[in-house]
Amino acid sequence: MAIDLKVNGVRHSVDVPPLKRLLDTLREDLGLTGTKEGCGEGECGACTVLIDGAPVNACLVPTCQVEGSKVTTIEGIERLGDGKHLAALQQAFLECGGAQCGICTPGMIVAASSLPADASLEDIRQGLAGNLCRCTGYTKIYAAVQQALAQAKATKKKSGKGKKK
Amino acid sequence: MSADATVLRARTLDEALLLLDEAARAGQPLTPLAGGTDLFVNLHFGTQRERRFLDLWGLDELRYIGGKKSSLRIGALATYSDCIASRAVVKRLPILVAAAREVGGAQIQNRGTLAGNIGNGSPAGDSLPVLMAADAEVVLASTSGVRRVPLASYYTGYRASVRRPDELITEIRIDVPEGRQRFRKVGTRAAQAISKVVIAAVGDRIALGSVGPVVFRARATESYLADGGRDLVEATRILQSEIAPIDDVRSTAVYRRRVAANLLAEILRAPHV
Repeated sequence: MAIDLKVNGVRHSVDVPPLKRLLDTLREDLGLTGTKEGCGEGECGACTVLIDGAPVNACLVPTCQVEGSKVTTIEGIERLGDGKHLAALQQAFLECGGAQCGICTPGMIVAASSLPADASLEDIRQGLAGNLCRCTGYTKIYAAVQQALAQAKATKKKSGKGKKK
Repeated sequence: MSADATVLRARTLDEALLLLDEAARAGQPLTPLAGGTDLFVNLHFGTQRERRFLDLWGLDELRYIGGKKSSLRIGALATYSDCIASRAVVKRLPILVAAAREVGGAQIQNRGTLAGNIGNGSPAGDSLPVLMAADAEVVLASTSGVRRVPLASYYTGYRASVRRPDELITEIRIDVPEGRQRFRKVGTRAAQAISKVVIAAVGDRIALGSVGPVVFRARATESYLADGGRDLVEATRILQSEIAPIDDVRSTAVYRRRVAANLLAEILRAPHV
């Protein structure tokens, strides 16, 4: 069955069985292997992608249900960088030691990217509750997200001031 | 795993009911598919026997939460996230929000539906004790009409219900009873954990999950309390006599029996919410 979807701003038409997992369509048909499979049953969040801005487990979404939707994967987050540098969230994970073995990292970053700019530590904990990490104990992950959010806030303030002038 | 499956899609509710009816008559019933958070796990691990599905996800007419005064009408495609964000639910049935927040994480809450929780019929379904304690009714529609079944009499056994193959859950209706509301779930961790024991109370109605083959109303305990029974030890003894927990991967029968009693005691002792 031909299914039209938009992934990271690019339109695609894929010919896949309607119940093919979005995870498999992304990895096998579109070559976007940044999205990882952890448990395959919606427990670990490693396969987190955004559908129309909301985080979901790509292992539990049939491809036919994303027809006409906008999907964002970790590759789409990377594009938020300027081409030379990583996106702020990715850079913060690097600097804070938010990634160790790496299997949970794409899902963590994609889930974190949907948090509001003024998210508190509790909001971050809630927002990432569906993402399991077996290495870091979460402390460094939360620190990375807090750093990226603070940085985004500072940049916004700066550019806001610029506009006033 | 999914290549041999048949998926029919409907553009309207009427069309969905026609497809269900035709399939049921032909002896090849369709399994309704909404957010897929339960069904896809079974499909992927090869434990889903059914191979014919009706995809409901595009039926925006079932995506709503409404109701007046003390009532709530929850459309079949309303997700846990919709429930958490609904001012009506927050105001009238806050324990449903509490239960929705404990279902998986944000990723599950964004796809899983309350009607799907009912349809899946797991004895561990987090929202089910809340809906049952709140006297929720399940609205079942088919080409031959609409009927409303109290959730408390919806299940006939383990994952079995009164829903006919030509029927679809279209709405959950709740006329929220008066009285204090309590909800407690005990799992391995706060998020992403299936419950070991879950309990909800609205007024003098008490419902429990994960302590028997179906989520159920603790009628004997309720009537002891309604008759003025105030002895906590006696109330928990009665509760323990009407539950039937088992040993499984998540917990043991002995632990569940003990925790169910403790949770009841906690609920009865607690001051008003």
